[in-house]
Amino acid sequence: MSDHPDLAKLIFGRLTWDAIPFHEPILLATFIAVLLGGVALLGVVTYYRLWGYLWREWFTSIDHKKIGIMYIVLGLVMLLRGFSDAIMMRLQQAISFGHSVGYLPPEHYDQIFTAHGVIMIFFVAMPLVTGIMNFVVPLQIGARDVAFPFLNNFSFWMTTSGAVLVMMSLFVGEFARTGWLAYPPLSGIAQSPDVGVDYYIWALQIAGVGTLLSGINLLATIVKMRAPGMPLMKMPIFTWTSLCTNVLIVAAFPVLTAVLALLALDRYAGTNFFTNDFGGNAMMYVNLIWIWGHPEVYILILPAFGIFSEVVSTFSRKRLFGYASMVYATVVITVLAYLVWLHHFFTMGSGASVNSFFGITTMIISIPTGAKIFNWLFTMYRGRITFEVPMLWTIGFMVTFAIGGMTGVLLAVPPADFSLHNSLFLVAHFHNVIIGGVLFGLFAGINYWFPKAFGFKLDPFWGKCSFWFWLVGFYFAFMPLYVLGLMGVTRRVSHFDDPSLQIWFQIAAFGALLIALGIASMIIQFVVSFRRRESLRDHTGDPWGGRTLEWSTSSPPPVYNFAFTPQVHDGDAWWQMKQHHYRRPLEGFLPIHMPKNTGAGIILAGISTVFGFAMIWQMWPLVVVSFLALLVVTIGHTFNYKRDYYIPADEVARVEASRTELLANHV
Amino acid sequence: MSETQALPMPHGTGSSEALRFHVPGDHHPENGTLLGFWLYLMSDCLIFACLFAVYGVLGRSYAAGPSGADLFELPLVAINTSLLLLSSITYGFAVLEMQRNRQRATLIWLGITGLLGAGFIGLELHEFAHLIEIGAGPHRSAFLSSFFTLVGTHGLHVTFGIVWLITLMVQVSQKGLILENKRRLMCLSMFWHFLDVVWIGVFSFVYLMGVLP
Repeated sequence: MSDHPDLAKLIFGRLTWDAIPFHEPILLATFIAVLLGGVALLGVVTYYRLWGYLWREWFTSIDHKKIGIMYIVLGLVMLLRGFSDAIMMRLQQAISFGHSVGYLPPEHYDQIFTAHGVIMIFFVAMPLVTGIMNFVVPLQIGARDVAFPFLNNFSFWMTTSGAVLVMMSLFVGEFARTGWLAYPPLSGIAQSPDVGVDYYIWALQIAGVGTLLSGINLLATIVKMRAPGMPLMKMPIFTWTSLCTNVLIVAAFPVLTAVLALLALDRYAGTNFFTNDFGGNAMMYVNLIWIWGHPEVYILILPAFGIFSEVVSTFSRKRLFGYASMVYATVVITVLAYLVWLHHFFTMGSGASVNSFFGITTMIISIPTGAKIFNWLFTMYRGRITFEVPMLWTIGFMVTFAIGGMTGVLLAVPPADFSLHNSLFLVAHFHNVIIGGVLFGLFAGINYWFPKAFGFKLDPFWGKCSFWFWLVGFYFAFMPLYVLGLMGVTRRVSHFDDPSLQIWFQIAAFGALLIALGIASMIIQFVVSFRRRESLRDHTGDPWGGRTLEWSTSSPPPVYNFAFTPQVHDGDAWWQMKQHHYRRPLEGFLPIHMPKNTGAGIILAGISTVFGFAMIWQMWPLVVVSFLALLVVTIGHTFNYKRDYYIPADEVARVEASRTELLANHV
Repeated sequence: MSETQALPMPHGTGSSEALRFHVPGDHHPENGTLLGFWLYLMSDCLIFACLFAVYGVLGRSYAAGPSGADLFELPLVAINTSLLLLSSITYGFAVLEMQRNRQRATLIWLGITGLLGAGFIGLELHEFAHLIEIGAGPHRSAFLSSFFTLVGTHGLHVTFGIVWLITLMVQVSQKGLILENKRRLMCLSMFWHFLDVVWIGVFSFVYLMGVLP
């Protein structure tokens, strides 16, 4: 391309061979490892001729269960990447004292903490939460799919497209060095002229489309598709928390879209929203992004609360204590989520009265949250508790989250925040609630619903190993950060001079090592469970003695979920059915109306990835071409009117008969 | 609430045999498209809310450049507003004809709506071109950045509305006023009226208040 520099510049924009990090040994080694791993994976898929199967049964599937599982796979894969970043930072901070500068140059370290935050929130926690909601909610409300099955597939692939762009930044160009919220003016074109922030913007914008659409989808599903006899106040509590989370998604993500679009305009079109001159206002960015950002943390934690509620009640073999108060607490948290954003920047200098208002609203949130903790405790009180793996995660959560909540209330006091702001105390606090709350909840949920999804339980021994490594590792990794934060150590620093601090960072690194063992145990748990799947098999569809409708169907559920739509009378619908010795109907099956698979979702998301990449590197011809392709494929898809089919009654009868036989042989 | 054996019976039902636990026959939940589209519109409304808020913060940050009073030509904007409001009425006529299952009349009103929308976009582009020509482009000041972004985002929405409208006209001509097409026409109807409401906000908040000293 050196013969025609102008032509090359037109086609490739800013992309040159310099963008490939040949000179960075760490990145190069990672790249080679990923490349070999990728080639091996593709080779295996090709060797076993799985492409057709994957394409037909998974990639183009509009079955909410399969899409949910794909979300969870995405989240777990990205967890490995996000955790690699974490352990690199822990290692760097443990050794980078005095004369030793550690092994990561500052500009690389800055990319790592930015990527760690972005990946963990957007591409680990969000896909895991969305995946579990996708899988569980339609089953819990007795529906056969979500309201918009195609959009569901499209949403998943858009989220994946964002993840792909973030991963590409590792090997082509660089990622943002700005921290996970990319505050201007640092993220402006003057201070960050490279492609890092552009990767950030386009990855989040593309994934954001998916998140928003999946929020709308699940909202419409919960509002419109509940089984007859299930008013809102008889919905399972996980469905309630999902409803509130999706309200938050629909009401918060557009703000992120808008503010990132404005940042993009500042960078691409030379506007002056957040610049230092021509009347721009950088604090407006901080306000707007936290108006999204604070609801976002409740988007993550509310479904986790729902999972804990289901788990506690199932494994205490009791109806959930205080159902109504649990619902109201959830709704109150949903509303308060919008009234606290300014506590993220008390130090902006809004004055005492504004800071007091936001400090007080923040503290008030601890009231409904505390009510939830007591409801779980009272559910356990005099229950017949069995300490299965999901229950362990729940108890670990209750202890850990209470500590994280209390440090949160400390930070909510503006004068205290002035000295703790931007310190490692804050870092310890939010990891305390996100790991101890969200992640523990997701792991509880994965262990709880895994048999429903795959038809066999997860191995409890390795599950318990994983739990204990994570729990102990968490305390080792983050309690030292509280201490360091109180001593005034700020976050995002790659080198320290004071040798007396080093011991705390070494303890934290040891904690990260324990967490690595926790993750390894989880991977071993999956492998061992798969190999022992016959002895872990769930033939009944109800391995835990569950209470809600998802346990009334087989494990894994048939593609249509329920041969007949359930009629609900009680909040714990399936428990009541069992009390009344409900018998499944064995005949009289009807054809079932179902949506058809389509490749449009993955194709559109693929083009979006190209579009995002072209925008990042400013390859304008490719931008135009991919944009037009998006438009044409979208419009073309709307000309497809044949989007559904009927499962014949014979087929339903056959599937149900095989289940009847299975039940007769194993009960 | 100690043990679950003693489940309270729902009111109004007698013995346990009276409870039916599945719906015999075919059960199909009602279609959620219109609700889903409403939800999308509300999320879009939030994007506009952000842009209005940004304009509210930056709308007087002229950076020693021109102000709204210097730039806005109210007669032009009045014509523009009339075109858009009129297009909402003609879309309403299209929906009325759709409900009477008159395909040709529906298409004609849709066509008129599209032309009015295109007129609106044309005038807006003319205004933008003029502003950029006299050096009052989006990079000149934070006020102009927020002005171009708010008005431009609305214009972009109208443009997509027109593309969608043309697509739907083709689909109605091909397939007729079948259920799916009627549902799509209702969605576009909500979209189009929504853009009208947003424009009323832009007109009052940006233009009318902007020309105040």
